[in-house]
Amino acid sequence: MVSRPHGGRLVNRVASDSRREKILAEAAELPQIPISVEKAIEAENIARGVYSPLEGFMLSEDFESCLTRMRLASDVPWTLPVVLDVEEGSLVDISEGDEVLLTLDGSPTALMEVEEIYRYDKRRTAVSVFGTDSPEHPGVRRTLKMGDLLLGGRITLVGSVPNPYERYTLWPIETRVLFKEKGWKTVVGFQTRNAPHRGHEELQKTALAFVDGVFINPVIGRKKPGDFRDDVILEAYRALIRHYYPRDTAVLAILRYEMRYAGPREAVHHAIMRKNFGCTHFIVGRDHAGVGNFYPPYAAQEIFREFPDLGVTPLFFREFFYCRRCGGLANEKTCPHPESDRVRFSGTKIRELIERGEVPPPEVMRPEVAEVILSFEDPFVR
Amino acid sequence: MPKRRYTTISIPIPLYERVKKMIEGTGFSSVSDYVTYVLRELVASYEESKLDFTREDEERIKRRLRALGYLD
Ligand SMILES: [Zn+2]
Repeated sequence: MVSRPHGGRLVNRVASDSRREKILAEAAELPQIPISVEKAIEAENIARGVYSPLEGFMLSEDFESCLTRMRLASDVPWTLPVVLDVEEGSLVDISEGDEVLLTLDGSPTALMEVEEIYRYDKRRTAVSVFGTDSPEHPGVRRTLKMGDLLLGGRITLVGSVPNPYERYTLWPIETRVLFKEKGWKTVVGFQTRNAPHRGHEELQKTALAFVDGVFINPVIGRKKPGDFRDDVILEAYRALIRHYYPRDTAVLAILRYEMRYAGPREAVHHAIMRKNFGCTHFIVGRDHAGVGNFYPPYAAQEIFREFPDLGVTPLFFREFFYCRRCGGLANEKTCPHPESDRVRFSGTKIRELIERGEVPPPEVMRPEVAEVILSFEDPFVR
Repeated sequence: MPKRRYTTISIPIPLYERVKKMIEGTGFSSVSDYVTYVLRELVASYEESKLDFTREDEERIKRRLRALGYLD
């Protein structure tokens, strides 16, 4: 049996057809709160169990408990706030106990039972989550720009968020059935935002040597200029799996999710989400979910010691490189040779080569993967 | 600050003393911290998995997985 859902039960807050019709029929009488596409995606993730055991946006008790002890009030591990922030002036005629409709570009996304409206300290929130209040940190900047009030309460999903990658989108209930059908008892989750180089492949395959399957789960969301485009990442992985993975050992599906760059805390959150998808193991590499120099390179591995009850086993890896003397991929734990023998996988260098239309060397990137990337007119976000 | 919710549990004093000695120089700052850690580990391994979906749900999911090429 694959991993049990976080908190014991896979959440399903998607309205049944009849409930949905009823809610939409009453929509005109409900107060509406317009939300961003990022919040709509959060609502969908909640409703479809990615954030189990959350059934809605956090109440103050869970929010405080998450900030101060990295657990929900129920003691279940939970490291990142999942909240709905609003501007104070926008809440005319809405009070605790009301039902409201969350809308995206005018169409209903979810019904929310507003159980609580509460204030919070943004700076303190930023320091708790990101370990800093530096405006250099993108997560801090976003936190300081949030609305002054938080709305907590259960949601019921009535709409879906437009998704260009429907064909690659699986929800936890679906991956759980899929893993079961494949006969996988152990599954390792791999988080990525990149087209695969040999180092990524080595991480996955080292883990795969011990488990039945790998769940490759690229995060699709806001990107920075210079990042690989989402369609490029997906096609590059398809090529890698086709040419270099044994049949029935890898599943590729996307996750729509906004990176917080919260380093250690976010690494735990990434593991929890993959646990809900059915993973029993999760790969944590160097500077997982980090940004700039805000977190020590292996801090995201150390934090897992605080969660003996996480219910998903983190697999910690040192960074891989190619070693000419070893004649293959290696890392600090397996290779005794000096730096001069080693070829590091630098994202910047790979990008420079591709920008010039050149194929990266085969010890850095599989030729089939490079070929796919180079077949795109412009593989990067501008 | 939110109020933290705690309760008191009795354990034999000699056991308490042994644990106290054992955690000296480790990351655990108190016997309570250590006991909480160990209990969480134990509780996690006991909690049961519930998969609440029906046969029909499962068939519908399998149809989608086949249509997308995830299942043969
Ligand atoms: Zn070597």
